[in-house]
Amino acid sequence: MQNNTDFPLLFEQTKPGRTGYSLPPLDVPETDLSEVFESDYIRSEQAELPELSELQIIRHYTALSRRNYGVDSGFYPLGSCTMKYNPKINEDVIRMDGFSHVHPYQDPKTAQGALELMFDLQEQLKEITGMHEVSLQPAAGAHGEWTGLMMIRALHEKNGETQRTKVIVPDSAHGTNPASATVAGFESVTVKSNEQGLVDLDDLRRVVGEDTAALMLTNPNTLGLFEKDILEMAKIVHEAGGKLYYDGANLNAIMGYTRPGDMGFDVVHLNLHKTFTGPHGGGGPGSGPVGVSEELAAFLPKPIVRRSGGEIILDEDRPDSIGRVKPYYGNFGINVRAYTYIRTMGPEGLKRVSEYAVLNANYMMRRLSEAFDLPYAQHCKHEFVLSGRRQKKLGVRTLDMAKRLLDFGYHPPTIYFPLNVEEALMIEPTETEAKETLDSFIDTMLEIAADAEQNPEIVQEAPHTTVVSRMDETTAARKPILRYIPE
Amino acid sequence: MEFRYLPMTEQDKEEMLQMIGVEDTEELFSDIPEEVRLRAPLGIKEPKSEGELKAELAGLANRNVTMKTHASFLGAGVYDHYIPSIVDHVISRSEFYTAYTPYQPEISQGELQAIFEFQTMIAELTGMDVANSSMYDGGTALAEAATLSAGHTKKRKIIVSEAVHPESRQVIDSYGRGQHLEIVTVPHKEGLTDLQALEELVDENTASVIIQYPNFFGQVEPLADIRKIIDTQPKTMMVVSSNPLALGYLTPPGSFGADIVVGDTQVFGIPAQFGGPHCGYFASTAKLMRKLPGRLVGQTKDEEGRRGFVLTLQAREQHIRRDKATSNICSNQALNALASSVAMSALGKKGVAEMAHLNIQKAQYMKKQLEAHGLQVVFQGAFFNELVIKIDDDADALNDHLVTQGFIGGYHLGRTDDRLKNHILVAVTEQRTKEQIDTFVREVAAVHAKQH
Ligand SMILES: Cc1ncc(COP(=O)(O)O)c(C=O)c1O
Repeated sequence: MQNNTDFPLLFEQTKPGRTGYSLPPLDVPETDLSEVFESDYIRSEQAELPELSELQIIRHYTALSRRNYGVDSGFYPLGSCTMKYNPKINEDVIRMDGFSHVHPYQDPKTAQGALELMFDLQEQLKEITGMHEVSLQPAAGAHGEWTGLMMIRALHEKNGETQRTKVIVPDSAHGTNPASATVAGFESVTVKSNEQGLVDLDDLRRVVGEDTAALMLTNPNTLGLFEKDILEMAKIVHEAGGKLYYDGANLNAIMGYTRPGDMGFDVVHLNLHKTFTGPHGGGGPGSGPVGVSEELAAFLPKPIVRRSGGEIILDEDRPDSIGRVKPYYGNFGINVRAYTYIRTMGPEGLKRVSEYAVLNANYMMRRLSEAFDLPYAQHCKHEFVLSGRRQKKLGVRTLDMAKRLLDFGYHPPTIYFPLNVEEALMIEPTETEAKETLDSFIDTMLEIAADAEQNPEIVQEAPHTTVVSRMDETTAARKPILRYIPE
Repeated sequence: MEFRYLPMTEQDKEEMLQMIGVEDTEELFSDIPEEVRLRAPLGIKEPKSEGELKAELAGLANRNVTMKTHASFLGAGVYDHYIPSIVDHVISRSEFYTAYTPYQPEISQGELQAIFEFQTMIAELTGMDVANSSMYDGGTALAEAATLSAGHTKKRKIIVSEAVHPESRQVIDSYGRGQHLEIVTVPHKEGLTDLQALEELVDENTASVIIQYPNFFGQVEPLADIRKIIDTQPKTMMVVSSNPLALGYLTPPGSFGADIVVGDTQVFGIPAQFGGPHCGYFASTAKLMRKLPGRLVGQTKDEEGRRGFVLTLQAREQHIRRDKATSNICSNQALNALASSVAMSALGKKGVAEMAHLNIQKAQYMKKQLEAHGLQVVFQGAFFNELVIKIDDDADALNDHLVTQGFIGGYHLGRTDDRLKNHILVAVTEQRTKEQIDTFVREVAAVHAKQH
């Protein structure tokens, strides 16, 4: 049996007196600090940080990295997350000194290269989304949602429509949608999906009204299905005086085919860490720019990056702005990567991205429907959702199948989301995967489905080959240990 | 045209279309109404080859003054610090940077353990019981702290010191508007939070008092006195925003009874990057553990009894609680938390203290040099690595001059505070040599003298 010492924590490897840093010697005359600081304010005990040599630290993190799985390790069809290839040129570009080591408060005249890039990225995103103006400020998708909703709120307030307190979200919506609505001070109202997996127009008509601030929608939706009645939906919401919010998590499906602005959306956010190849970083950082229609432009967060004469400026003079949503100017480092990607692909490239993302998803969906329930039979866009209810009847849950995939070296799909599909498996292949990869994954899934019938234990007891087996999550939550405490 | 990220061949495409049973990919998009179909190509820039694009972007990068081309005395929340070489080597391992949130613990033990270690190091530095896996940045972390305090105390008034970073205060204002919070500012006096004014403001409706330590002017706020004022109300919470490097030398806020400590770990291994991404941290007492925003990693065991780590207490989060969640954060700043973990590990127990000490010593030296040159350092309290100079000249003109001399000058406080026109906030980190400090002071003094 493996024990704790096989993968010790940094703190368990510590040996007092060992160091892994290199600081310059003090080259100025020393001040007696006991005359500067009151003794109560001088730390009496040092923080228990590790004491290790440089090689020990490198070995530690190298060992940890080998216990981790990224897109570069293998297929990662995590639905809704767009786990596509993260181009290496992007990493080289952001590491240029002229991007990495620019201070946000140095005179904008001395940062024109950085500002030029931001301005041009805004221009490219405006065109891709069909929106009137774009701000790069929000740090991630959820932050963009909140920013967008705050703008919608400001608009309604400006128009004296303070009774618009409700945000409508489909039952298939991502959790951040209702959560962002709450953080922005709205109440969420759910609209049902119909048997085709699309927003039920009658239910939408029923829930809209004078209190509607907005409808939040992703299109294609989280089932990977295009809301074909989008124009009718826009009409229903707009006629009721509400605004239409576009969650851009799924933009990878439609670039060059249609644009949120053309569909009638008033505000969009994009996830540059999804569609535009910002690496997911083990959970972040992301970047979630917002785009708006002309009517909402005045409310964009401060500052605005715009051209003024021959210069790009940071404009703070925005009386109707919702204010600042983040210190400085957004996650510039992720924005640089997204810009590099857009400039690598161009108009034809981005359209092909969506074409192939959709083709890959439909191919997988049709082949897998042989063994898995497909709740919605129409063509999908960049992702699709299967139901594991057939296997569940055999005693094999979606969770088991996901764990079994680990034995074959795959990252499993998103599971149990969206909430309106029983035992959901949400698969997003992305356009950067080769057909051979898709085929092997499909074959594996079919094998797992066959095992669910003939040999269920092997699935139920999976994974069998990973460095650890299933974790006791109940105890983790019941008696939380959130930090190392020496014995 | 060929695209190196797209492996689809004509043959693949044919086989796949046939399997699906459609003629062409257009059919797969037929559910998009014709009225909104984009028939013209996107009007974005045409692509460039890898070499051409790199050259073009290098051209843009080279147009910027940087903290490598110039010696920076600019801080105000973002600092030029020593970044150990190993940081970039670790975060460039693609098992880390091309992964997402560790939803599958069996293949994510590396990330999970690294975050658990990050949480531990942040808890240690701040003197708090627990810390989460990261927030977007110090400013939004502070706004989330305000929200948490309001939710926890069921009170709506938040008192924010004017000596908190101005942009963080603006972010708190924006979030506060969404949450219907009453945000009240307590003014600064001589560079510190005005305690008398604070005493008058704290009342039974106060959810929390937000203090920065060291504050925006670099001054060390008297947290013990502030805690006493807060304690006049049984429920009111103390929220402290701290530069974690300063806590290598200063008594941590936890020792003064802080309920929540937040801040940004940019000082540990994260380059300035024109303001982001950096990395917010969020630490609290054990009592608030189940109300923390963001992801938490906990230790547990697998079926064979082996130690392992998982995302835990997820019932707090948006994907479970939806509109009842305490925060909407989903993606966070994991890779930057990793960068900071590596930097904190390299510096270690001794190095963090030594680096903090170097910052203090150099800033003290700078103060003496400025005064020796007849310049006015305005606030007289103890400070970490930033100090405020008052000049008679126009601050922006001074900074223009300094750039020509190879320096990035300080932050003009008059930008956001009318009382502090032509006051400059100057940062001195361990990166600045005696020679740079001497020359910088001489340049500032020379410009100053010219005005007289
Ligand atoms: C549909 C959808 N909306 C919103 C989000 C939130 O984005 P982020 O994680 O960048 O905050 C996600 C991603 O997790 C998503 O899949």
